[in-house]
Order: sequence, then C-alpha cells, then structure tokens
Amino acid sequence: MKTDDKWAVEAHGLVKTFGENRAVNGVDLTVPAGSIYGVLGPNGAGKTTTIRMLATLLQPDAGSARIFGHDVVKEPQIVRQLIGVTGQYASVDESLSATENLIIFSRLLGLGRAEAKQKAKDLLEEFGLTEAARRPLKHFSGGMRRRLDLAASLIAQPPLIFLDEPTTGLDPRTRNQMWETIRRLVDQGSTVLLTTQYLQEADELADRIAVIDKGQVVAEGTADELKASIGNSTLHLQIKNPEDTAVARQRIEQVLQVQTKMSSLDGKITAPMTDADRVTDLLISLREANIHLAELSVQKPTLDEVFLTITGEDQSKESSKKTKNVEEVSA
Amino acid sequence: MSRSTISPTTHQLKNHTSVTQTIRHSLTMAYRGLLKIRRTPEQLFDVTLQPIIFTLMFTYIFGGAISGNVHNYLPVIIPGILVQTVITTSIVTGVQLREDMDKGVFDRFKSLPIARISPLAGALLADTIRYTIATVLTFTMGYLMGYRPDGGIGYVAIAGLLVILCSWAISWIFAFFGVIARTASSVQGISMLVLFPLTFLSNAYVPVKTMPDWLQWFVNINPISHLVTAVRELANSGVIGWDLMISLIGSAVIVLIFAPLTVRAYMRRT
Ligand SMILES: Nc1ncnc2c1ncn2[C@@H]1O[C@H](COP(=O)(O)OP(=O)(O)OP(=O)(O)O)[C@@H](O)[C@H]1O
Ligand SMILES: [Mg+2]
Repeated sequence: MKTDDKWAVEAHGLVKTFGENRAVNGVDLTVPAGSIYGVLGPNGAGKTTTIRMLATLLQPDAGSARIFGHDVVKEPQIVRQLIGVTGQYASVDESLSATENLIIFSRLLGLGRAEAKQKAKDLLEEFGLTEAARRPLKHFSGGMRRRLDLAASLIAQPPLIFLDEPTTGLDPRTRNQMWETIRRLVDQGSTVLLTTQYLQEADELADRIAVIDKGQVVAEGTADELKASIGNSTLHLQIKNPEDTAVARQRIEQVLQVQTKMSSLDGKITAPMTDADRVTDLLISLREANIHLAELSVQKPTLDEVFLTITGEDQSKESSKKTKNVEEVSA
Repeated sequence: MSRSTISPTTHQLKNHTSVTQTIRHSLTMAYRGLLKIRRTPEQLFDVTLQPIIFTLMFTYIFGGAISGNVHNYLPVIIPGILVQTVITTSIVTGVQLREDMDKGVFDRFKSLPIARISPLAGALLADTIRYTIATVLTFTMGYLMGYRPDGGIGYVAIAGLLVILCSWAISWIFAFFGVIARTASSVQGISMLVLFPLTFLSNAYVPVKTMPDWLQWFVNINPISHLVTAVRELANSGVIGWDLMISLIGSAVIVLIFAPLTVRAYMRRT
C-alpha cells in the first residue's frame, strides 16, 4: 500500500456548497509532514468546513484531498486510522466521566480492556485531569473539557492531528499550556493542522500559515513571508522640540529618499524603512541640524496588518480610510 | 527536518472493517449506552411506570365487559399489554438517538476507524435492557393480579424473549426516523402516529370477532396481532405455532430493510 511520507495533507480545489452558500470555494492546501500548519481566517471563512472534509466527516462537492497519500473519499477508513480530530465544539460524552470517555474511545480503537484502562490513566495524568477523572463532564470547566477532547484525539498516537480552534475560550494560562502540548506533539513526530482566529497564535505556533477568506486561500507562507508580503518595517520618530518637526521631516526625506507621514495624535513622524544602514546617516544628519529625539523605534508589520490587508479589503475600505485620515496628516 | 516523524506505514492499514471488529465496536457502543442509563436512571421512569399503570388500568376497565371478570381477562390482556408497552418503549430509542446524534461525541465516532453501523447498533442493543425491564414488570404485575400462565415459566420466558427481539427489530424503524428527522420531538410525533393505530387496531385488547368485517381484515394482517397471538400461545398453552414464525420472519425483514437504510441515512447526514 502506497503511503506518502512527505505530505501529510494534499488538497486540491476543495469545494463545499450549503444551498446557495459556497462555504469552501476551491481550497488548495499542502501540509508537510512533521510541521505545525495554521489555517487562519475570520468567522465563517470556511475553516471548520475544510477540516471536516479533510477528516472524512463531510464529503467534498468537488476537488480531492489526500492524507499521507490516501484519498479521503475513496479510502476513508484508512484516513481515519491516520488522524485524530478535535473539533471546534467538544466531541466527548457529556453524561459520562473523563475516564469512561477515554476507555470507550480506546476500546473502539482496538485496545484491550486492561490496555484501555491504562491508556486512560496515562492520558489523564499527562493532561492534568487525574483529580477530575471520575466526575461527569457536566461539571468540567471549558479548559478541562478542551484538554480531555485533545487527549481523546491522541489515544492512537495518530500521525496527523486536526485541531479546530484549540484555544478559543481559554484563559491565557491555559492557552499557553495548550501551546506547549501542541509543540510537544510535533516534537514527538506528529503533524498538526490547526485553525485559529488569533494571529498571535498562528505567529507563535505555526511553521506555515494559510489565510482563508470566503472559502478561498488568499495567502500562504511562513509568518515572516506573509509579513514581508505587505511591506517593510517602519521607522517611528518623536522629536523633542515640536518646532523642529518640519526641518526633521525634510532631513529624513532627504537622507532616506522616502515620503514621511505624521501622526496628528502623538506627533510622531513615521517613514518606511527600506534600508536599515541609512538610518545611521539619518541620525548623524539630525545631530548636525541640532534636532533632538525623544523616542526612536522600528516596527515590523504585525500579522494583524497582514490579516486585515488580505481579508478585509472590500468591506473595510470605507472605514479604514476614515481612521487613516484621523491618524495621519499626509505630507 | 531532523526530528523523526511518526510514520503512517507502521500500521497495517485496511479500508474495511471486519465482521468481528464490527461486533466488538457495537458491543463497546452498547456498553456506552448502559453507562448512560446508569448515570441517568430517571430515563427508566417510562418503562417502570407504564407496565404498572397500563396493566392495572386496562384490566379493570375492560375485564368485566370482555371476559365477564378480571381473572378470565388476564390471559388475554397481559400478552396484549406486554406487546404494546415494550414496542412503545422502542420509540424512545429513536428519540434518544436523535438527541444523541446532535451531540459532538457523534462527530468523534464518525472520525474513528470503526464500522459505521456500530454507534447505531450499540444504542439499539443497549435499549434491550429497557425492554427487559418492561417485560419483567408486566409479567410480575400480571402475576400479582392473579395471572397464572399454563405454559409455565419456560414458555413465559420464551414469550418474553420473543417480544424483546421483535421490539429490537422494530426499533430500527424508529432509529431510521431518528436519523432522518430534524428534531427529537418530531421523531416522537411520527412514531406515535404510526404505532398508536397499529397497537390498538389489533387483537391486543379485544376479541377480533366483535369488530366489523373491514376492521377484522386489517386486524388479521396486522403484524402486531400475530405477535400478540404468538405470545398468548406460548405463555398460555406452551404452543410454538405459525404466529411465532411469522413474527420472527417479520422481524428479520424489518431489520434487513431498515438497518441498511438507517446506516445509509446516518452516513449521509453531516
Ligand atoms: N452544516 C451547515 N449547513 C449550512 N451552512 C453551513 C454549515 N456549516 C457551515 N455552514 C456555513 O458555511 C460557512 C463556513 O462555515 P465554517 O464553519 O466552515 O466557518 P469557520 O471558518 O469555521 O468559522 P468560525 O471561525 O466561526 O468557526 C458559513 O457561512 C456557515 O454559515
Ligand atoms: Mg469554525
């Protein structure tokens, strides 16, 4: 049986339509084995629908997807042996205890009675749920439920794990724990495909990121590549004596050969920084002109900006124009 | 990449599930069903109360009119009530399946490499415990009221098993409603609509001879009537007759039709 080791996921032109709504509209994804892959998108972008198709929970209307070389439509039962799925909403049994849940899933995955018991015990310990093991899940907090959910996906040590918004609704500490767990999984050799609405999370965790919007992949790459794609870092300067501002801007434009902008709120001058070396010349030039600086900083574009630039173009044009006018007075 | 990845080739991968595995998965699912019943024993109210109330009520209401007195009516009514109660209980299977399927845990079942039929088969299997409770209670109530079946304990047990088996078969119909319906209460509604005429337009409570001809025709082909007759023959005279065969064949046909239909609908549902 042919099994492709290089790509955990290869999806081409996935489409899913609900009535009139094309929830997923031709998604291509390639996830290298052994990495964390982030799927980033706003509400309703089609993240969950995409994952459900990759996890054999939903039949695609068009396109194809392979998990380690196995087709999700033609060989679903093989694919199910290769994946663990933690859905967006808890997929454990509310009326049973944590131990009972894990034992049942273990038994379904072919473990013997004693093995299943041991596995449940080990996983509960690993995820810090031992104390609550016998309580019905009704009394579990959101974070505990999420951890149990993840634990249940790891019973068979699947090579590929899908996590649909693993940290939504978790407090910062629990979120950090979840990140640790996800990193550990990949260190142990699994591949993780996770979706998230948090740019910071994709930035922290994912080796590669796909941004989806309205059912399509609108950008793909490493976090750095995505940031680079929307432009350079910017230089922020605050002049000590406001009267010097005009001269300062002249000098900056001369030395850096760029247009400067000025924020009307805090009086900061901003300029795109194409060549970091030139900043030395600029600082010398400002000293010669006897202009004193209160503050100097360089800002990389955040993933937030990338996200808003790529996904928000149509609907937010109007509002972003307005806010720009308030914040910046162009030269 | 320097770190080693979990290789998917270490498993022996097959795209189908064997019969043995299917049975094992179904039994695990049945175990889950029993755990759920143990966690929420209040859902056994209906199977406990219905046999008690119905047996008392129908026996005292109809006894004098139909058989002259309550004691003579017992061999007629106890099998009738048994069949009606246990089969009505099987509606709950469909309703609960509908509620259960809306919960996230079914997503996980679907993502596991298990036979598609096992979550359904397991749920239906676990519910036979409910039928057993209803059966035992109905016979016990009858005994307390003076019912002494001539077939003896052995044949009474066979009659009980027959009813449980047929109800399990019929519960596949309600499971099908459960899978295709949008809400749990609509399952309840449709199922009652089907079952109410079937159980009352039968020989369960009243001798067929007293009915108009056109109704007799229906009552005589009604499968419920055959099941009731089979139970009466077994319990009251220890006879294994044609009606028993018809009931078993009918059950097999129902399962053969509705089990695949239900699984297909379950798989199509997203
Ligand atoms: N079962 C369904 N029936 C009908 N429409 C659906 C169904 N599931 C999803 N949709 C629609 O498909 C679109 C994509 O939904 P999806 O759940 O994939 O988005 P998402 O990216 O996961 O969003 P979120 O971040 O809110 O979880 C939405 O417009 C949603 O309303
Ligand atoms: Mg989602």
